[in-house]
Amino acid sequence: MLSNVDWLDQYAAQPVPPPDAPVSVVRGAAAMGEVGLTRMTQTRGRATVEWVDHVVRIRDARDEAAFAELFAHFAPRVKAFLKRSGADDGLAEECAQEVMATLWMKAHLFDPARASVSTWVFTIARNRRIDALRRQRRPEPEDLPWGPEAEPQQDDMLALQQDSERLAEALRALPEKQRYLIERAYFGELSHGEIAEETGLPLGTIKSRIRLALDRLRHALK
Amino acid sequence: MKNQITHHLTPQLLMAYSAGTLPEAFDLIVASHLSLCDECRAEAESYDAVGGALIERETAEMACDSLEATLRRIREGADADTAPPAPLPAATADLPRPIRDYVGGDLADVRWQSMGRGVRQAILPVDGEATARLLHIPAGAEVPDHGHRGTELTLVLKGAFRDEDGRFGPGDVEVADEAVEHTPVAEEGEDCICLAVTDAPLRFSGLMPRLAQPFLKI
Repeated sequence: MLSNVDWLDQYAAQPVPPPDAPVSVVRGAAAMGEVGLTRMTQTRGRATVEWVDHVVRIRDARDEAAFAELFAHFAPRVKAFLKRSGADDGLAEECAQEVMATLWMKAHLFDPARASVSTWVFTIARNRRIDALRRQRRPEPEDLPWGPEAEPQQDDMLALQQDSERLAEALRALPEKQRYLIERAYFGELSHGEIAEETGLPLGTIKSRIRLALDRLRHALK
Repeated sequence: MKNQITHHLTPQLLMAYSAGTLPEAFDLIVASHLSLCDECRAEAESYDAVGGALIERETAEMACDSLEATLRRIREGADADTAPPAPLPAATADLPRPIRDYVGGDLADVRWQSMGRGVRQAILPVDGEATARLLHIPAGAEVPDHGHRGTELTLVLKGAFRDEDGRFGPGDVEVADEAVEHTPVAEEGEDCICLAVTDAPLRFSGLMPRLAQPFLKI
């Protein structure tokens, strides 16, 4: 099935940010000491069900305090994502603000039984990037008729949010080399071929690492 | 619409769709398949979740008045895209929503061009080098034999076709790369309508179709 992968190699439409782009690594495995770990655990505790609650407060009460906390956590992450995808500081700042404003205005569309807040923010930021940096439309799948439940079941919501934590856990547990390549595929907009050039790894090795990493992540979601 | 879908998108395509690195034509066919296939949709959403976990890992410094500026944007209702197009009721539509958005209507609104031998096509307005077109193949007819330099994805919307790789019915997607010389033939009984996207111009094996190619824009 290698051939199915090969053709993807040519899609690296975006300019590559300079390697010294000022993006600080919060949880790089190499730099992750004891202190970092503690902080991480606390943030993680927040990163799922509690963030859902924040979005609900924005949706139901236009709660600016909840928004300020969401902003403090997510806006710097969205901005880092956009910078890594090739946006300069000014464009990344502007787009990050737009993404956060979208989050406020579309709070009623967030479904905690289908996505974590992190995932939702990622999809909004990704679409903004496609629009702003690549200037192309983003076709999205047709909404599914989800049956009679207007409000998602609490159990589904909790299960999904726990899955998201397990996934983040699995991502952290990946060998550094595998995680790095996944990050490049999502953020650097590098094709597999270009990653090979940049890292000096043979293409076959890279593909098998990405596939292995994805298998492990998929496993974590089961 | 419940079809037995047996030919799915590859994990690589689903991941690239989620990462947002595909050409627009490929986004279109992926979104269309996901509209018909719960299995691939669930997998695509799990790749979104990978993206969500990934963005947690890095931060960049915000401008000092960033929050205030954002709240101002919100108050001004700065975002213009608050009025999505009114969707057609899905139950009565022939085409999945992403394709309807490009056609500007449903199947009856498609402006077909003849390609000869009863085969018709309609080019969809996507940006970038990759192209997207709808194909209408009469029942029992074959699409001219061709190979191609890049990758072609074909999603069946109505009817079915067969080629060297098997039978493709509604919702099925065929992923063919440059190694494949395939000859799809529509099944008897019903005309076949597909969405085909290609990342490089097709080259036909026969002489006549090759001469016609520049005019047909395929």
